[in-house]
Amino acid sequence: MPDPFLDPLPWLILLPLAWGALAFVAGPGRGGGLALVGLTGQLGLALVLAVQVVESGARSHAVGGWGAPLGIDLLADGLAVAMLLLTQVVALPQAVYARAYFAQGAGQFWPLAGFLLAALNALFLSADLFNIYVTLELVSLAAVGLVALGGKPGQVAAALRYLLVSLTTSGAYLMGVALIYGVYGTVSLATLAPLVTHQPPLAVWLAVGLMGLGLLAKTALFPFHFWLPPAHGGAAAPVSALLSALVVKASFYLLLRLALGPFVSLAAEAALLLGMLGAVAILWGSWQALRTVHIKMLVAWSTVAQLGYLFLAFPLLAADGLALQAGVMQALAHGLAKAAMFAAAGVLMLATGRDTLAGLAGAAGRVPLTLFAFALAGITLMGLPPSGGFLAKWLLIDAALHQGQVGWVVVVIGGGLLAAGYVFRVLRQAFLHGPPEAPIQPVHPVSRSMEWATFLLAAASVLLGLRGVELVALLERGMP
Amino acid sequence: MSLNELLPLGVLASSLVPGLIIFTLPESRIRVRTVLNLLGALTKMILVGVLLAGVSAGEDYGFRHTVLPGLDLVFKADALALLFVTLSSVLWLFTTLYAIGYLEGAPHRSRFFGFFSLCVTATMGIAMAGNLFTFFVFYELLTLATFPLVVHRGTPQAMKGGTVYLAYTLGGGALLLTGIVWLHGLTGSVDFAYGGYLAGLDPAYEGQLKIAFLLLIAGVGVKAAIVPLHGWLPQAMVAPAPVSALLHAVAVVKAGAFGVVRIVYEVYGVEFAQGLDLLLPLAVAAAVTILWGSVRALFQDDLKKRLAFSTVSQVSYIVLGVALFGPLGTVGGLVHLVHQGIMKITLFFCAGNFAETLGIHKVSEMDGAGRRMPLTTLAFSIGALGMMGAPLTAGAVSKAWLMDGAGASGMDWAIGVLWTSSLLNAAYFLPILWRAWFRASPTSWPDEHIPARGRRETAWLLLLPPLVTAAAVLVAGMFAGAEWSPLSWALLIADREYLLWRS
Repeated sequence: MPDPFLDPLPWLILLPLAWGALAFVAGPGRGGGLALVGLTGQLGLALVLAVQVVESGARSHAVGGWGAPLGIDLLADGLAVAMLLLTQVVALPQAVYARAYFAQGAGQFWPLAGFLLAALNALFLSADLFNIYVTLELVSLAAVGLVALGGKPGQVAAALRYLLVSLTTSGAYLMGVALIYGVYGTVSLATLAPLVTHQPPLAVWLAVGLMGLGLLAKTALFPFHFWLPPAHGGAAAPVSALLSALVVKASFYLLLRLALGPFVSLAAEAALLLGMLGAVAILWGSWQALRTVHIKMLVAWSTVAQLGYLFLAFPLLAADGLALQAGVMQALAHGLAKAAMFAAAGVLMLATGRDTLAGLAGAAGRVPLTLFAFALAGITLMGLPPSGGFLAKWLLIDAALHQGQVGWVVVVIGGGLLAAGYVFRVLRQAFLHGPPEAPIQPVHPVSRSMEWATFLLAAASVLLGLRGVELVALLERGMP
Repeated sequence: MSLNELLPLGVLASSLVPGLIIFTLPESRIRVRTVLNLLGALTKMILVGVLLAGVSAGEDYGFRHTVLPGLDLVFKADALALLFVTLSSVLWLFTTLYAIGYLEGAPHRSRFFGFFSLCVTATMGIAMAGNLFTFFVFYELLTLATFPLVVHRGTPQAMKGGTVYLAYTLGGGALLLTGIVWLHGLTGSVDFAYGGYLAGLDPAYEGQLKIAFLLLIAGVGVKAAIVPLHGWLPQAMVAPAPVSALLHAVAVVKAGAFGVVRIVYEVYGVEFAQGLDLLLPLAVAAAVTILWGSVRALFQDDLKKRLAFSTVSQVSYIVLGVALFGPLGTVGGLVHLVHQGIMKITLFFCAGNFAETLGIHKVSEMDGAGRRMPLTTLAFSIGALGMMGAPLTAGAVSKAWLMDGAGASGMDWAIGVLWTSSLLNAAYFLPILWRAWFRASPTSWPDEHIPARGRRETAWLLLLPPLVTAAAVLVAGMFAGAEWSPLSWALLIADREYLLWRS
């Protein structure tokens, strides 16, 4: 890279920070247009970066010309770029959606969204443990602010609970970082990798345990999932979409990076446990999604279940690249699909004026495009072909069979059937004709841009399944 | 991209693209919708015509897209694929015409025709799938695209039928996927090949191959309605008549039966499957299904339910033909894939006409229907006689080849099964014909919507499709020896499978 000024890496962080700040200056409810321009630029930057990484491999950027150990290094390898792409691809349609959704006043949505995206991009590019802590904390604070945005009592309560969990887990993570620094005198991932041995001192075990627990709780892996359904189910639809699609993926990404990077020998010890917790999460989340009567709670519980699949990758990570590909593919596919599904749920709730499944009766005729989008996103969650979710499951099954761990195959296929159960709970409601005696509820006009943004996200989650080759090529670049 | 790659994609696109456009059309744009539907159907027929000419001249058509390293989406339009493609695209045209007439004035027609086109696209994909993975992709798409059609009426009853349908088919899909992944683990991704591709595997894997076979056949057996996996089919009868036609003749059960054909002939290979002792159990399952379906049909008063159980029975003729080890049975099974389609679609069109015109839903209400609706009843009679295997009909051709096949492969008991089934078919179809033609009409029909006008007994769009398909039943039977008949095409496929057994 001849000119560091033209390097996309820092701009991916500065751009959202800039439009977020401008939106704050512009005042409550304004800045949506600015965000669209900024996000389009970010998407372009992420694509440029992806091409660069595929062509010439992973690379780093020393911020301000000061490299590690004094300054901050940004690192872009295939895994980071995949997550960056997901973030920008989800955020742009969501911004279109949010502009229409918050037509009556967005409050501080745009500044918070800008800070959230800046923090997320910075997190994906971080190359040392402490930097990760800072970005993680920023992500959490922005996310808590977004959950509380509407100011309804339920939302504030959920936000407070979320804040408490965030602070505790970040604290645990920070303690771990401090212990690591105390033992090895460095927090850089690259420097740590050769230092951590198979038989580290007890303090390192403790540190890894604390960091791991903190990140697991942030990813809402069963049994740390309790905070997620009220926070994601209660927030405004565009917020839920960002949280479920991106924020929980950030801590998963960190787990993956740490487990593949410096702590690879220690992570193997916990891998089986993580896989089993993932399996339980699939069952428990699906079961709750099959029971709930609220449409957004159903979608939120489905997130709990789908996050479980991410952890099935851990016991299979060691042998070959298949499980990593499966995990990342699932993260991407679920990110796109869940963003679409929350957006669709938002449209359905606006169109029917109700927030329950029973209230959806007959919605198919009113917002057909949204329902179609919900169904497409559902295909990804069920893991039916040709979606990205299907490829993720195929890779996972392939990895499990290669290693003779047939039990995971049963979990994956059974989980798909459970997902079909809750997805069709929504779809079949929408095909029902309303009871003849009940008057037809007034339909709130729903902006077409919301419906199309939803549809685009859902279509992307399905079409992703046809482009697995490119993802594999990207992930092969500079894996730790 | 060469023309030979583009043609199979064109066959898919000719129903996919109109379908997607139709989804976005408002209800009131009837003319645009009709034009799109027919344009798509005609384009498809033309493309299929080109493919047929090319394949009989030995041309290869295929397309490949790599989804993951080692996992390809493959389409190939070979002789076997075209047998199913041709059947479905011709019947799609008639079913579309029929549906336009049937749904006149009904709500949600854009949604209906959109999913209808998706169903046909999925069927084309199943027919042209070049490996198990591609087959699975479209097999699941078919499940998803038919669900909205099954529950189209939106009544609680329709929902119940739809839920049962989903539970069976998604469960079947899960079994199929397990089997496919299992084989993928043993061989990697391999294309379908004449004679199968598993025979060269280490004999140590034989046990695994048997289990995988069971999983695969159970997976496709759900759609083919092999007993005891047939429970969804009678339940799905709540759907409108064009959908029943689609389920029973054009797409769904055919997709299952076709899957059996591909798995036995082009994954395992018929000789290898015989060597693994897999064909006899399959033949027994088919025989049980044939008899059980016929016996259950005897006791149904609901006309469409009787036809549904008849489908359960008839589709397993195809499976039986596949399971009879030898070229004669193969020909019988393959030709029945086509013949059952045109016969059963005729019957469902007619049943729809009776219901739409006179409100007749039950066999016991059929008295005198032949006098009020002679042409419909004539078409129904031809379809029913064909099902019994009466001479001059398409059914007779299928049955003759199947019986020869059973004899040639030494499975004489199968001949008995086929005879018994014919007698049972007669026992449940002849009373309907008797009532319709020879009993006196009641003073009023249950629910007459479409009054008779001169010689027009019902709407033209409802009447023409069954008449054409009924004529096809006779033509396929009387001109079975012709060069362009389904039988000749089935012989062509059998030639390629059994490597010139006739010479």
